[in-house]
Amino acid sequence: MLEVTNLRKVYPTGDEALTGVSTTIEGNEIVAMIGPSGAGKSTFIRCINRLTEPTEGEVTLDGTELTALDSGEMKTARRNVGMVFQEYNLVERLTVMENVLSGRLGYVSNWAALRRNFPQEDVEMAYDILETVGLGGMENKRADELSGGQRQRVGIARAVVQEPKILLADEPTSSLDPDTSHAVMELLTEIAAERNIPVLINIHEVHLAVEYADRILGLHEGELVFDGPTTDLDENAKDVIYRGKALAGESSSNYVEGSDTVTGETEPTDKSTITGD
Amino acid sequence: MKRVAAFLVAMGTVVVSWLHMGLDVQYIRTAPAELLDLAVRMFPPDWGYAPEIVVPLLETVHIAVVGTIIALTVSVPVAFLAAENTTPNRITYAIGKLIVTVSRSVHVVIWAMVFVVMFGPGAFAGMVAIAVRSVGFVAKLLGEEIEEIGFDQVEAIRATGASSSQVLLYSVIPQIKPALVGIGVYRWDINVRSATILGAVGAGGIGVQLFNSVDAFRWSAVLTILIAILGIVLLSETISARTRAMVR
Repeated sequence: MLEVTNLRKVYPTGDEALTGVSTTIEGNEIVAMIGPSGAGKSTFIRCINRLTEPTEGEVTLDGTELTALDSGEMKTARRNVGMVFQEYNLVERLTVMENVLSGRLGYVSNWAALRRNFPQEDVEMAYDILETVGLGGMENKRADELSGGQRQRVGIARAVVQEPKILLADEPTSSLDPDTSHAVMELLTEIAAERNIPVLINIHEVHLAVEYADRILGLHEGELVFDGPTTDLDENAKDVIYRGKALAGESSSNYVEGSDTVTGETEPTDKSTITGD
Repeated sequence: MKRVAAFLVAMGTVVVSWLHMGLDVQYIRTAPAELLDLAVRMFPPDWGYAPEIVVPLLETVHIAVVGTIIALTVSVPVAFLAAENTTPNRITYAIGKLIVTVSRSVHVVIWAMVFVVMFGPGAFAGMVAIAVRSVGFVAKLLGEEIEEIGFDQVEAIRATGASSSQVLLYSVIPQIKPALVGIGVYRWDINVRSATILGAVGAGGIGVQLFNSVDAFRWSAVLTILIAILGIVLLSETISARTRAMVR
């Protein structure tokens, strides 16, 4: 279970990318984070495994507070967080197999890594996962010989071979054509079900989010303005996410007020209760 | 106006330098005759001398090979120090740049003189001179290559939980490997040529025979050696070019 509390990020330039985001992701749910460019979606994902250092707030994964770890402990903890990138970020001159096995680096010694000597179980697991992602038989190709869709599958295999407790995907379909995008989203949902881990996907294509996600997080200018089941994402909610609260209409059930997340199950009685007091 | 000024400054510099050296053009007149005389004395090459230079020739190649391998080994860590994106801090960066600059700013023959004093005359001093001079060259080019690597690929390996050395092994080194091979072979090719003149200061190789023969006015033997050097240089250049074309 991933618990994020009051996550805030201010870049050295003074830009406040996240204003204090709180949410919980658990089970094997597919959570899609949507929002306009520059809303802080990537920053949010990168703050979870601390590729970007958060300014304030807590990130806890299965009881371990990631934000409290020192850099050595964080390296070990990163094994539990699989990450898939927009531009795949494969090591271009290594083979498919070497790229996939690099997902196991956190589990082997430097000496074993130098000799490319991974345990037999790791190698077998890598073969299995390559089969799962549809790249069986491609293990000896170099990463730079693959198409975009194939590269993203290798990227997913590298993340899955870590045996992570959560999978993060930062715009995994943005560099792919529509058909391949669907295939990649399907693969991610299959992995969530099969491995029983949650998947958090940053995505700007709302129709893909609606099609595949169980839950939507809506980010606007660093603020979590929507957090609810996909079915609750109506036109009004999209308006709030993409144009901001000020410009959008007022009544909807899933808006987040400040850092208090109002989930889809809650009825819009908050305001009346507050005024009643 | 600027162009005229630049032209005048350039001309002035040439004239001042010329006068300072006290150059005498009369030697240009006698040059063709001297050259013809030398050619007559050199020709035909002394083929009987050829077996004697096989060993020194091999020694020359070996000096270059061992010197280059040592230089490559040393220059990889130096390159990481001298690259802005991999050096730990400003001080290590300065150390890396200092090693590169010191190594590069001294000519290989001068390095050889230093090491002949240290280790005595012979191939060992020459090999060390080649290695020391090559470290700066290789580390500089390799460091520039490291500064150009794709950081995305590095970050992806970091995200898997890999240690810093594993990130180097699985992301940085694969990206610089073609450059490492290319620069190494190129430097080896330069080093073969450098190793042919190390003999001038007694640091081993074919140069010893060359300068001995010149001193003894054995011009036909000199020609044999020059032909042999030409052959070995052409060979090393071909190997270097072929190898660099092979790595990608």
